[in-house]
Amino acid sequence: MEKVLLRNIDVLDSHTLAVYRSRGGYRAWEQVVKDFKPEQLIEEIKVSGLRGRGGAGFPTGMKWSFVPKESPKPKYLVCNADESEPGTFKDRLLIEKDPHAIIEGTLIAAYAIQSNTAFIYIRGELAFGAKRLEQAVHEALETGYIGKNIMGSGYDLDVIVHKGAGAYICGEETALLSSLEGGRGWPKVKPPFPATHGLFGCPTVVNNVETLAALPWIIEHGSAAYAAMGTDKSKGTKLFSVSGHISKPGVYEVEMGYPFVKLIDEDCGGVPDGRKLKGVIPGGGSMPVLRPEEIAKVNLDYESVQAAGSLLGSGGVIVMDDTTCMVRAALNLARFFAHESCGQCSPCREGCHWMEKIFHRIEHGEGQRGDLELILDVSGNIMGNTICPFGDAAAMPAAAFIKKYRGEFEAHIEEKRCTVRME
Amino acid sequence: MALEFSPETYKNFEETLARYPKKEAAILPVLYLAQQEFGYLGPEAIEYVARLMGQSPARVHGVVSFYTMLKTKPIGRHHIQVCRTLPCALRGAEQLTGFIKKTLGIEVGQTTADGRFTLSEVECLASCGTAPMMQINDDYYEDLTDDKVTVILASLK
Repeated sequence: MEKVLLRNIDVLDSHTLAVYRSRGGYRAWEQVVKDFKPEQLIEEIKVSGLRGRGGAGFPTGMKWSFVPKESPKPKYLVCNADESEPGTFKDRLLIEKDPHAIIEGTLIAAYAIQSNTAFIYIRGELAFGAKRLEQAVHEALETGYIGKNIMGSGYDLDVIVHKGAGAYICGEETALLSSLEGGRGWPKVKPPFPATHGLFGCPTVVNNVETLAALPWIIEHGSAAYAAMGTDKSKGTKLFSVSGHISKPGVYEVEMGYPFVKLIDEDCGGVPDGRKLKGVIPGGGSMPVLRPEEIAKVNLDYESVQAAGSLLGSGGVIVMDDTTCMVRAALNLARFFAHESCGQCSPCREGCHWMEKIFHRIEHGEGQRGDLELILDVSGNIMGNTICPFGDAAAMPAAAFIKKYRGEFEAHIEEKRCTVRME
Repeated sequence: MALEFSPETYKNFEETLARYPKKEAAILPVLYLAQQEFGYLGPEAIEYVARLMGQSPARVHGVVSFYTMLKTKPIGRHHIQVCRTLPCALRGAEQLTGFIKKTLGIEVGQTTADGRFTLSEVECLASCGTAPMMQINDDYYEDLTDDKVTVILASLK
């Protein structure tokens, strides 16, 4: 398989403009500015089948097409580089090793919706990555790829690298926009969608780093070449961040539809030290865990993972071996969500803390009969009752851990202690 | 004396404002400037930023209190932040925190008496493939062992 996203990262000084250009960088951007009308570009990306890589998998070309062409308001393109989903570190790799690919993708997307101001919203903790992006923007500006009257086309575009300040919720697009508007990172009710009422109430598209980084390749090789990879409904390639109890953790690029077991056992060398797989989260910490027997026939595409009862999400694969205490794992994630809930919707604000407290008491030998039903009840009352997907993201994994490892949770309650040694 | 930016930081502040299509959008970069200049964002710093931005101190405080990287209290010169989320926890984050606590003689949330280190536990830092890991100020330290941590801490004065 030809690499689309990781094609440059192993090259020395891949983050510099000189190296990026020597590998064909910015040719797509030159071509877009010269040959493409915005609507043609949108059509091209629609045909490629590219879907948003932030987690939701919404078709990218369609997202762009919702932006009203005749709006008198300014339009904004925002690159979501607020990677914070537990188990996900693919965007960070691209940001640090191939910032120009992200910038070139940002330029292409901005052109498609005819935006004159683009933001790259990067999580504040990634100081090194932000520096890399700022340097890359500076280089692109000096070369005339960004700025006024780009390559004589009459098209103007300014790119601003904006640092977040530590809040998981800002990865959710409407929360990100609230943060960028200068407020608390609170999600907004949809509809209206950002495409019509986004940043400062203006038409806005928010695209993930990985989505944007695929654009230069698609333009250069054609949407048919991209659509030729992957499955019927999940086209192209995708990055998977593999972590936890695995021999070779790291970021892997595979064609959509790649066998899950093959990724874990062959590419990543399987679970180390002769231990056995106990469970794996396929799409980042907010997705339901799968048991080993459940992944046997799963392929890494949106549809196959969903059919198995989880979601592909961000492609953050967290591997847990048979030494893992699933109560402790569930508690860890429940604590994460309790910490990160923005506090706007009461089911999430209250429910996340209750789930954490109850998991905590089960793990520490103070669980009570009925606690599992109580957590399932709380999680059921969060599901679908919040204005953003965070509530579901907190509720789904909690319920899945209990349903799939119920015996282990019951043993903790019966024996009033942790029955599995971890680490 | 009331807090205010040095002439250099003030210039930086004006340049920052000029970059943004709307003034209020620049609140995070301005708060970063203030935190860098004043060390942390206490009530006086918040009032100063509020005045600069033409907002109420309550609104600015509302922003500050939302984000974990904005500090309302002084912290040590080196802020050790150990990731505690699941992928790191599976690879020994708890032991790592325990080792740092023992080495420095402080609990999570505390600062050493000499003001050198503050220890915090934080959520996922997008470094799961190189767990366990910690961030100290702007820098990431990955694939950590006790020995590596000993060397790193000794190098930070």
